[in-house]
Amino acid sequence: MIHFLVHDKKDTVGVIVVEGVKAGQELVGWVMEGDSTIHVKALNDVPIGHKVATQAIKSGDTVIKYGHDIGKAVAEIRVGEHCHVHNLKTKRW
Amino acid sequence: MISSKSTFWGYRRENGRVGVRNHVIILPVDDLSNAACEAVGHNIKGTLAIPHPYGRLQFGADLDLHFRTLIGTGANPNVAAVVVIGIEDGWTQRVVEGIAKTGKPVVGFGIELHGDHDTIMRASKVAKEYVQWASELRREECPINELWVSTKCGESDTTSGCGSNPTVGNAFDKLEPLGVTMCFGETTELTGGELIVADRCATPQVREQFMKMFDRYQEVIDKNKTSDLSESQPTKGNIAGGLTTIEEKALGNIQKIGHKCKVVGVLDKAEDPTGPGLWFMDSSSAAAEMVTLCGASGYVVHFFPTGQGNVIGNPIVPVIKLSANPRTCRTMSEHIDLDVSGLLQRQKNMDQCGDELLEVMLRTCNGRLTAAEALGHREFVLTRLYESA
Repeated sequence: MIHFLVHDKKDTVGVIVVEGVKAGQELVGWVMEGDSTIHVKALNDVPIGHKVATQAIKSGDTVIKYGHDIGKAVAEIRVGEHCHVHNLKTKRW
Repeated sequence: MISSKSTFWGYRRENGRVGVRNHVIILPVDDLSNAACEAVGHNIKGTLAIPHPYGRLQFGADLDLHFRTLIGTGANPNVAAVVVIGIEDGWTQRVVEGIAKTGKPVVGFGIELHGDHDTIMRASKVAKEYVQWASELRREECPINELWVSTKCGESDTTSGCGSNPTVGNAFDKLEPLGVTMCFGETTELTGGELIVADRCATPQVREQFMKMFDRYQEVIDKNKTSDLSESQPTKGNIAGGLTTIEEKALGNIQKIGHKCKVVGVLDKAEDPTGPGLWFMDSSSAAAEMVTLCGASGYVVHFFPTGQGNVIGNPIVPVIKLSANPRTCRTMSEHIDLDVSGLLQRQKNMDQCGDELLEVMLRTCNGRLTAAEALGHREFVLTRLYESA
């Protein structure tokens, strides 16, 4: 069972691809680039399609997905923490 | 597996273009003519009225786009014949003359000096002749390079970037070498990935034209925005699905152009491409606006990946919907033509899903109705550039 998916080795977040992930759950992630597996413990309940941090991210850091910049963290994001509009903002517009 | 020997069964029109549907449409020039068009559509079975809210007091580039979209829709090879109705004769004839260049049957009626009753009667008589004539047209076997395919995604979520968008990209990478004519757009929805698209442009000239279109649209956003556009772009549905920023959405969006396709040129809205390959159309990212523009540019079949479950269709273009979100495929299955959620669990690979999409595409082109067609989705939305005079 794959719980989350990571596009690129450089990514700092992964996408939950199953329903019902709960805080405290041990998650298995598939890193598509290079076809490897990583493990992360969820710190929150995370809905399908939402992101979890796969690396510790400091406030102000650029968040990486697809190997590219998807915006800046506006709060500290711990490994396994839900990453969304409450702690990640666009750098554009 | 699709190859240069692949064929589909289409309707060859008078100008040589090939359609995959055989509609007789009743096309209003303006909002005032919707009622008469819909009455004709009810009177004559097998015809299709395409109502819309615009066409009065528009001017300049906005009016040009209005005419280009209506004429392009009538000219699309998925349309066999057209009855045009407008409030007055002048603009009605302008639309008729534009469509007539294709050689297909088209006639126009102005309502003034006649009223709705007389107009509906006269238009119905012609519509009946057209639909009986069209019903005897037969499909013929056509080479794959005569197909024009467009794409645009909607109600995207993170599964779109993981699964359904790269499935379209895989299919486009396979169609490009076969000489198929393709299109993508959604100018603002490339924000954060624009340099990746720029790097895929076939020549420095195309790159320059693309960046000019991109920068112009950014200026529109900057001039009118009152926030960071959160809940508009990304939409509230996107955010509910887990997409956080426009950059993230854009990087998922551009998975649709695959890994190999080059952008051979750029198109203004509703402008016809002039050769095969992948074209970029400067367009809104709103689903129905973009698909309407693709139809007006002559594209005959559309790939529509969705995450959270956009239900859009189009009156004349079959819209093939695919999703990689297992919850959407379960809760909204009647809208989904191809379920690629197996990608997320490594049960399928991208090559398999790309092939499955191409198979659905050929079946659709050969006549199978899409989910959106069967459900009666006929969203026809004209893009407006600014206020009426």
